[in-house]
Amino acid sequence: MMRFMLLFSRQGRLRLQKWFTAISEREKKKIIREMTTMVLARPPRTCNFLRWKDLKIVYKRYASLYFCLGVEDEENELLALEIIHRYVELLDKYFGNVCELDIIFNFEKAYFILDEFLMGGEIQETSKQIVNRAIESSDMLQEPAPL
Amino acid sequence: MSPSVPLQEMIRAIRSARTQCEERGVIQRECAAIRAQFRNTDNEGRSHNLAKLLYVHMLGYPAHFGQMECVRMIASPRYSDKRVGYLGAMMLLDEKQDASLLITNSIKNDLSHSNQYVQSLALCTLACMGSAEMCRDLAPEIDRLLRSSNSYIKKKVTAHPSVLIVVSSVLTCVLHGAVVLITQLCERSPETLERFRKTVPDLVQIMKGLVISGYSPDHDVAGVSDPFLQVRILRLLRILGRHNEAASDAMNDLLAQVATNTDSTKTVGNAVLYETVLTVLDIKSESGLRVLAVNILGRFLLNNDRNIRYIAMTSLQKIVVTDHIAVQRHRGTIVDCLKDQDASVKRRALELSLALVSASNIRSTMKELLIFLSSCPPELRAHAASGIFNAAERYAPSQRWHIDTILHVLTTAGADVRDETVPNLIQLITNTSELHCYTVHKLYRALLTDISQQPLVQVACWCIGEYGDLLLKGECQETEAVQVTEDDVLDALEIVLQSHMSTPTTRGFALTATMKLSTRIIDNVDRIRSVVSIYGSCIDVELQQRAVEYNALFKKYDHMRAAVLERMPVIQKNSVGQTNGEVGEETVKESQAAKVAQKEMALPPLLPHQVSPSDSHSAPDKLLLLHAAFESIYAPLASAPAVTVYEKNGVTLTISCEQQSDSGLTVTLTASNSSDSDISGFTLQAAVPKSVQLQMRAPSRDSLPANGAAKLTQLVILNNPNKVGLHNAR
Repeated sequence: MMRFMLLFSRQGRLRLQKWFTAISEREKKKIIREMTTMVLARPPRTCNFLRWKDLKIVYKRYASLYFCLGVEDEENELLALEIIHRYVELLDKYFGNVCELDIIFNFEKAYFILDEFLMGGEIQETSKQIVNRAIESSDMLQEPAPL
Repeated sequence: MSPSVPLQEMIRAIRSARTQCEERGVIQRECAAIRAQFRNTDNEGRSHNLAKLLYVHMLGYPAHFGQMECVRMIASPRYSDKRVGYLGAMMLLDEKQDASLLITNSIKNDLSHSNQYVQSLALCTLACMGSAEMCRDLAPEIDRLLRSSNSYIKKKVTAHPSVLIVVSSVLTCVLHGAVVLITQLCERSPETLERFRKTVPDLVQIMKGLVISGYSPDHDVAGVSDPFLQVRILRLLRILGRHNEAASDAMNDLLAQVATNTDSTKTVGNAVLYETVLTVLDIKSESGLRVLAVNILGRFLLNNDRNIRYIAMTSLQKIVVTDHIAVQRHRGTIVDCLKDQDASVKRRALELSLALVSASNIRSTMKELLIFLSSCPPELRAHAASGIFNAAERYAPSQRWHIDTILHVLTTAGADVRDETVPNLIQLITNTSELHCYTVHKLYRALLTDISQQPLVQVACWCIGEYGDLLLKGECQETEAVQVTEDDVLDALEIVLQSHMSTPTTRGFALTATMKLSTRIIDNVDRIRSVVSIYGSCIDVELQQRAVEYNALFKKYDHMRAAVLERMPVIQKNSVGQTNGEVGEETVKESQAAKVAQKEMALPPLLPHQVSPSDSHSAPDKLLLLHAAFESIYAPLASAPAVTVYEKNGVTLTISCEQQSDSGLTVTLTASNSSDSDISGFTLQAAVPKSVQLQMRAPSRDSLPANGAAKLTQLVILNNPNKVGLHNAR
């Protein structure tokens, strides 16, 4: 199963953090710091997998954002790359040509989409369409904001 | 109280802050406003405030004052409030916070809500930060949801980790979640594993459907239908088939089919293939299938994508021990990967190459490994060097090749080799007597080029000292002859002695080598004499001690010099074909006993003048003489038989050694008198090298009666805590 997913920019600014296990705030901050330093320090044409403590770290860079997934030892790394890609596709479908700014200004939407796709460290739904439809329906339920 | 600013405005304001200080100012103002808003209970724009707080939290600022607000939001009837409230709960609350208990009731209510999206929010939050107690409390609700007819909710529930506490049936309509669930169940309890084994045929059917089925655009990724599900099913099959013949048989065909039919041009296909390979290698599959799996890994090795090469090597590493022959077929590709640019790929290639070395491929592999050593990243150098030594030790096709290899490693990576390398190499050289000439020529040339690699310099000095005469003779069958004069050799040694790059140990080697040459050269003995006397006042105590003793050897004991500085005898190697390291050291130490015995027998004149009751010889003499005898009898020697070291004027002195511990040695000195007169005032003194500790017990008596009426024994305890190796320096 996955332990955490982090999105951060090239300057190390955190854009999204999702934790699939219960850990303390201090632990979370420590992991974020270590991940950003480790991943940002990687030279450009190296492989996307790292070993860190007892986890495998799978990361991929999309434009200015790094998607970093911490998975357990038994996970298939290539599939983890596909999971990251699927999430990016979902974001893209929702925002229409997604870019980092979309995720910054609409971070809560990014979380909602992630919660429809992954849960408890595993994939919840493998069909793109179903996830998109669920998000759209949830959005419809959203009451209009007061002026 | 500043007016509340919409979320996007705030984000823009924070981003436009040019310094950290400015940003902090903006955030503090916002937080103050948010706190004020929270106190104001009937505010309509609550969700926006909480969202702002969450953004601030993500930037790393403290946000715990929002916890109660989360609880309030979750309880609100509005969906937007609930959404942000639950998000806040997931981000700000965790098991250890007390506030999390407060939302248990809200979650309970929401799980029974009429709207499935509200239910899903509750489930998600529970999955994210629910403690075990919370899950247990809510188990009945979850159970009910599991049996509901809503597939959307069922899917969520099966993906929910807390369901492990509740579930009892297999669901077929929400496949992925069900498979995940079953996998987790089987991992945790062996009885469930047994029960689910009978589902193997069903799983096989489902997989077949996925692999052969037509194009389903929704689940399809680059031509592979629902790869996420395929991989999960394969993993479950792996767990079910492990250690079980019947289950493994049932899936053999399927695995072969997946392996051959999956398109491997894209990452997705490779992901599925990778999982298949892992499954095949883990279950009790037939050999044909295993070979197929290893071949797939071999194909991965040739792939352009670095990631795929990396995972191929990681997998090969796991099976290299069990399927050695199959992996050997891909040795060429693996050795090529040593040249890859990626450091992790290189590391894996190194370990695999070392594991694949065998007698048949040693020459070619070693060539590649030596090339790798010269260009490898520094963190891998020590590992590579020791791996090369091990491999060379086990599979060396010839002595000369072995020596060449070790010399090559010392010249390229001398600084990173282990300490035992020097004595091991010296022992190896001593044992190949036919190559002494060749070795000393090679080492001399290496010494001339570079004196910075300490292990190399030490070995070179030692060899020149031992075999200097062969060097000066000039002729050698195995390498071109070079005319070397005595001055050249002495110059080289002096450079080492004076260089600031040489460590004290190295200089010790050089000094002793210079001394040894005094018996091997003809013309320049005076030069050596002067060098030795200069170092008599050296600051380094070790060098000074040596120089003083060698001086003494020149002055008072010149007649003994030739004998003392004789060629070292061949060390008997006890066992062949063992790996370097500890075992090597043991053979060296065991053979030392034999060597000591030989040496003692060969050099009786070492201990004249020592036993004489009225003798007023000064202590230093006695010290020197026993020094030479004892200096090889330190620590881990196996018990050596009693050796007679002195026999003169009717007095016989024998030494026997017994190894007490890893670093301790007990030496028993026995003296007897076979002459006609009594000897009184008999004392023995001993000296040892600085690395060895000496403890002399009281002798049993201090006089030797005539005609062997009684023997005198004295115990000497030697302790060699640093286990200084074969110190052939002298």
